[in-house]
Amino acid sequence: MATETLIWLVPLPPLLAFFLIVLFTNKSKALSHSIAVGAAFLSWLAAMLIFAAALGREHLGEDPFTSQINWLPTGDTFLKIGVMIDPLSAVVLFFVGWTVLMIFLYSVGYHNFGQPAGDHDHKGLPPHGATVTDEHGHKHTVLSIEPMYSRFFAFIGLFAFGMYTLVVSDNLLTLFVGWEIMGLCSYLLIGFWFAKPSARAAAIKAFMTTRVGDVFMLMGVAYLYSMTGTLSYRAIFYNEEVLHHLATTAAPLFGMSAAGLIGLLLFIGTVGKSAQWPLHIWLPDAMEGPTPVSAMIHAATMVSAGVYMVIRIFPLFTADWDHHSLTTTMSIIAFIGAFTAIFAATIAVAQNDIKKVLAYSTISQLGFMIAALGMGAYIAAAFHLVTHAFFKALLFLGSGSVIHGMEHGVMHTGDHHVDPQDMWNMGGLRKKMPITFWTFLIGGFALSGFPLVTAGFWSKDEILADAFAHGHWAILATLSIAALMTAFYTMRQITLTFFGEPRTKEAEHAHETPWTMTTPLVVLSVFAIGYGWLGIPEHFPGLGGIVPNWFHEFVGGTLIHHPEAVAFHWEPLAISLVVAFGGLGLGWVVYKDVKAGQPDPLEKPLGPLYPFLKNKWYFDEFYTYYVVGPMTWVSEVFTFQWMDRGVIDGIIHSVAQLAPAIGSFLRNWFDKPVVNELIGDGSAAVFQWLGHQLRFIQTGRLQAYLISAVATFLVVGAALYYFGF
Amino acid sequence: MIPLSWYLFLSAALFCIGLYGVLARKNAIAILLGVELMLNAVNINLVAFWRYLDPTQMGGQVFAIIVFAVAAAEVAVGLSLVISIYRTRGTVVADELDMMKW
Amino acid sequence: MGAQILFFLCAALILISAIMVVTVRNLIHAALWLIATLFGAALLYASLDASFIAVVQVVVYIGAIAIMFIFAVMLTRRELLIKTDQTNANWPLALGLSAVMLVALGYVIGGFGVTLNTTPAAIPAGVDPLTLLGKALLAPEAYVLPFEVASVLLLAAMVGAVYVAMNKK
Repeated sequence: MATETLIWLVPLPPLLAFFLIVLFTNKSKALSHSIAVGAAFLSWLAAMLIFAAALGREHLGEDPFTSQINWLPTGDTFLKIGVMIDPLSAVVLFFVGWTVLMIFLYSVGYHNFGQPAGDHDHKGLPPHGATVTDEHGHKHTVLSIEPMYSRFFAFIGLFAFGMYTLVVSDNLLTLFVGWEIMGLCSYLLIGFWFAKPSARAAAIKAFMTTRVGDVFMLMGVAYLYSMTGTLSYRAIFYNEEVLHHLATTAAPLFGMSAAGLIGLLLFIGTVGKSAQWPLHIWLPDAMEGPTPVSAMIHAATMVSAGVYMVIRIFPLFTADWDHHSLTTTMSIIAFIGAFTAIFAATIAVAQNDIKKVLAYSTISQLGFMIAALGMGAYIAAAFHLVTHAFFKALLFLGSGSVIHGMEHGVMHTGDHHVDPQDMWNMGGLRKKMPITFWTFLIGGFALSGFPLVTAGFWSKDEILADAFAHGHWAILATLSIAALMTAFYTMRQITLTFFGEPRTKEAEHAHETPWTMTTPLVVLSVFAIGYGWLGIPEHFPGLGGIVPNWFHEFVGGTLIHHPEAVAFHWEPLAISLVVAFGGLGLGWVVYKDVKAGQPDPLEKPLGPLYPFLKNKWYFDEFYTYYVVGPMTWVSEVFTFQWMDRGVIDGIIHSVAQLAPAIGSFLRNWFDKPVVNELIGDGSAAVFQWLGHQLRFIQTGRLQAYLISAVATFLVVGAALYYFGF
Repeated sequence: MIPLSWYLFLSAALFCIGLYGVLARKNAIAILLGVELMLNAVNINLVAFWRYLDPTQMGGQVFAIIVFAVAAAEVAVGLSLVISIYRTRGTVVADELDMMKW
Repeated sequence: MGAQILFFLCAALILISAIMVVTVRNLIHAALWLIATLFGAALLYASLDASFIAVVQVVVYIGAIAIMFIFAVMLTRRELLIKTDQTNANWPLALGLSAVMLVALGYVIGGFGVTLNTTPAAIPAGVDPLTLLGKALLAPEAYVLPFEVASVLLLAAMVGAVYVAMNKK
């Protein structure tokens, strides 16, 4: 089969699985997960074949695999859709293929396949456990299977379809389609346990928040289309003429170039999707999602899509860039990225929920990538995107495994007040769950940038090296501090979870998870270490040149001008070493012998800062007060009370008020200024009257609306015709 | 011979008759009848343009066929909604279905 | 000359029965008048060399859609018996708007003036519109995708209609 045909086929198996499960196999749990995992496997296979073909093709950047079909005839031309694999999408496809397959496999174990149905489990609530009687007549409480098991696999199938579509797309329109499919799936998955009010609220919050970004993104897409007449990557981002034209055309806003404004609008889409400040608020709440699996879908896969898009449009916002001082758009992007990196890292330090720590760490790491893109470090950002996807997937799945083990303990003791996600209830799990422990350790060290061995070190080091080489000192300082905190909170998490003695009975009875959950952990930890070796800088002392810097060579080909590798400097390497070891060491020292019931050792030295961090800088409160509040006010007070109530009652009141007002005006027209009276009562009465009249337009009758629609159409049409449009 | 404009005037007239039906009839089914008239007016336009401009470009006829399909879909869904509403609320008078008023 | 007479007959049939559709009280009669309108349009299509459309008009529109209306009218029979006014309170406004619309459309069409063809374009020798239509509907470089999407839409509408109208106990 031709590679191009194969590319078309990549997204299809999960979609097929979605429909099959929804329509036919919903009743059979085993069949449903077989179909879903089988589909994920097929997509994975296709992705790997394509990746191999991409490796074998010389000059893939100039000559990518592309295939287009006509979609809709528009007069003489066609709206085209197509697929493309260039070096960037090849590496993204590689990690998406692996992580998606691992998620699917892991879900089988996480949702307790093979366990009995719960005693009183309800759809829309997490399983509560089942009572079984063994051969000696003893009763045990064990984990029970998820009541909506099949539905979960249908949702993640649709999700995988969206992600694959986004990756293989060759234009911004189909990218947007995949983007929105994932948005829908994340809504469905976050609200998977819809009987929990918190999950419902989180789902709505995620959907609404990302929608804010998407509206701007759509505006960017429309603006780009109106400027160039195409949305294809090749025709815009690989075409210097178009880029130059866009960069030299002035945009109507803020004195930016069209390229800058489009880049900024599209970037706002990423701010929503990749949970960057100030639209980051949805991601931590998304941890309400049923499992670390779906949490991981959001945190390690979908949010990567946002960064992927910014990498895609990199040529756009750097068009006509002099490679020296940053353009306006780049400065904004760099600022948001760097600020998010440090801001989220500070919050992660004070979280107790094992998933929330990872959620904020994801926001922070995405900030690293965004900051790298903002300062023009294309390769470094792409590299960190891939390595981060691997090790963060590993960490999320590992945390899921830990929670699962803890739930086992909770079932055993029967004390349901113990939160299996709170790290303070854990401790000493390294003996109970050895595979989870070792793989989590690898993931955590990769996240902290443990030198030389882990993938995270190489990619993070490259970002810092780039910042140093180009003299972006503020970014360098911010990111270094963020990296220090990253290492610290990672070690805090590992120490609290796995080291020391068990702090609760539940932790004592925790249990290693089944093979379906541990296998993905092992596979991903291989990548969390090995992938970094593909991007070792050439001039790195000792190691450079042994393994060629394959990543730089390969992905660099995506751009017209192959980006130059930064020269090697000792300083950023020293910073990397210091922050990694410093953070890890500090985390170990502070948390190594925390006893049960003891408060967080940070609480004292940080003082009032600690609750500030623990409450996430009070961002949710800020939005509730300044955004949601006014909105509610408008609908409740302004529209409902003033316009509605005020107007109904007001019509009587105003008549009553108007008469004395006129009387007093006649009496006092010499004394009181005329204007006062007019403004005070007259205009209010006019508006009240108007409001009252307008209210009756809302008759709720279909045909009345239609009549006004037709009348408006005629009036507008006549006007347009008259003025010669 | 017949100029193209005659067809256009005919379809305009048919369209406006249909529009009146949609706007003025009480019965929901009658409103749907009006919609059918309007769709037919569009089809007459499409076919006439096809015949008078370039009979080798089949866009006009193809779109007419797609309009058929959409009309059938619209009638199926519309009538089933009417029947469903009739079952629950006992009326097919459009004006009485004003649950969404102020 | 003969063609013109045919056109006027068709036009008269279409317009008169269309007016009856929107004015008669009895909805069964309205549906029957709709069939007459549709038949007039079918004649018009046949005279325009669009034979396939003409046949589809008769088979699908008259045979299926109009009959469906009659069924729907019968299923909601109670309304039929009310011999009250069949127009709503806004009908003068609706009439006015429709008239304005007619004037506006007439003005626009009249504005095209001489740019409109007065005679049908010649069909090249050896070209069969029906063959062309078949090819256009199924050729990948033409309209196969819209055609298939329309089929899926129709299927979805049918399933939806059955579901909505189903008597859920």
